[in-house]
Amino acid sequence: MHVSLRGVTRVYGARAGQPEAHALGPIDLDLERGEFFSVVEPSGCGKSTLLDVMAGLARPSAGECTFEGRRVEGEVPDGIGVVFQEDASFPWLTVRDNIAFGLRQAGRLDSEIQAQTLYALEFMGLKDFANAYPAQLSGGMRQRVCIARTLVLKPRLILLDEPFGALDQQTRLLMGDELLRLWRETGATILLITHAIDEATMLADRVGVMSARPGCFLEIVSTGWQKERDSTVVSSEAFGRLTSRIWTRLRVESLRSLGHVDQ
Amino acid sequence: MSKAELIRLAVIVFLIGMLEALCRTGIIPTITAIPPSAMFEALFKILASGKFNQDIAVTLRNVSVAITAAMLVGIVLGTLLQSLPAVRRIFDPLFATYYAVPMYAFYPLLIVVLGLGDLPQIAIGFLLAVVAVLLNTLNGLDRVPPVLLKTAQVHRLGLIRTALKVRLPFAAPYIFTGFKLAVAYSFIGVIGAEFITSNRGIGYEIAFAYNNFDNRVMYPMILLVLMVVITVNMSLHHWEKRLMERRLR
Repeated sequence: MHVSLRGVTRVYGARAGQPEAHALGPIDLDLERGEFFSVVEPSGCGKSTLLDVMAGLARPSAGECTFEGRRVEGEVPDGIGVVFQEDASFPWLTVRDNIAFGLRQAGRLDSEIQAQTLYALEFMGLKDFANAYPAQLSGGMRQRVCIARTLVLKPRLILLDEPFGALDQQTRLLMGDELLRLWRETGATILLITHAIDEATMLADRVGVMSARPGCFLEIVSTGWQKERDSTVVSSEAFGRLTSRIWTRLRVESLRSLGHVDQ
Repeated sequence: MSKAELIRLAVIVFLIGMLEALCRTGIIPTITAIPPSAMFEALFKILASGKFNQDIAVTLRNVSVAITAAMLVGIVLGTLLQSLPAVRRIFDPLFATYYAVPMYAFYPLLIVVLGLGDLPQIAIGFLLAVVAVLLNTLNGLDRVPPVLLKTAQVHRLGLIRTALKVRLPFAAPYIFTGFKLAVAYSFIGVIGAEFITSNRGIGYEIAFAYNNFDNRVMYPMILLVLMVVITVNMSLHHWEKRLMERRLR
């Protein structure tokens, strides 16, 4: 297995008058190399905690997470890239320098940095904005910069935390197409965390439906899509069936997370 | 030129014109002040003669040393304190009351410790400037978005490289504000200290001219200080504006 989680649990200790909080788990999950896996969940069920644990940004309270057979704990292993929900572009760097940031920190040769950055600029449709600062870009373009900065490092596992959360529906569909194209080209394993059922269903090979806090997988749904796919799958009959099935599961959990336990 | 800039210029020209008229008509006697045109003329002659070049150089050098030291110490201490919250909590009340301390009161002590050379003047300039840099560095570092720190972790930068590549660049506009204040405080500190016991520098020459009723030296030297400080601050303001323009969303 490319990524494996066994009994992963995360409990935040009591502090400042707040009781102990069981945020996540236990979670068991296996991701195959090159798989696209989406996670949908009600609000506040620990999705970011799951991502932090998988990335090595947080330690699990119990259980273990492995990436390529090695335990992930305490630091982000080589080969993992993360795109966050919030804008993580560096405002003091141009688009070009933002994309090249990781390559420079990794000590790559200048010629390689230039070539990779140029490729990413073209690939992400940012070539005309190479010398612009993030402040001069739209939210969607800034997110593309962050995705490009992650992709130039050629990660073997890409973790995406609601990367399109701030975008309108049309742009999200188009960005989804771009993401599928990138996934096919890079062959990376992708884990996408999102609130949007349609986005999760359209993009993934499998969709994990999470419960209200503490977040656990209630069901993992295989979409059965071909590898060569795009956003036009949303108009298919199968898409409607899948989203309906996922929503039926998720609706109860969403109500639970809002405190409507008897619905 | 914008309307506001025109009005500002008009007010300055009016005030200078008023002072010129009051001096020329004798309403303000020359023992009190000389006309602005005479100040400019005398300043030109002083600069052309090179009579005070060494004093000007000494003051500018001491101010530069004070600013540089304040920037280095302020940024390093600010970065350390920001990463050590427990230590910061101990020192925070001291920083809050720092500017209530009359720094010139320590001048005798500084002479005893540092001698009669330029060091006491530099020390006063440094002491006035360093906390402004430190507080602005802390302010900037406190505002670094957590997602940028997570990004640094994803790139496995480590503590020092995170500070150099992410924290400090993000905090740069705030540190720049600290730099602007450091420039102002260093000029105040160094020139003020030169007034008290130094035997060279612009402050010393102004005080010497004042004690000898030599308005033809005192006013041009004050004018020189004003021109230098305003030019430096306007340049810094311009840079700051350009820096901020890149970041405003």
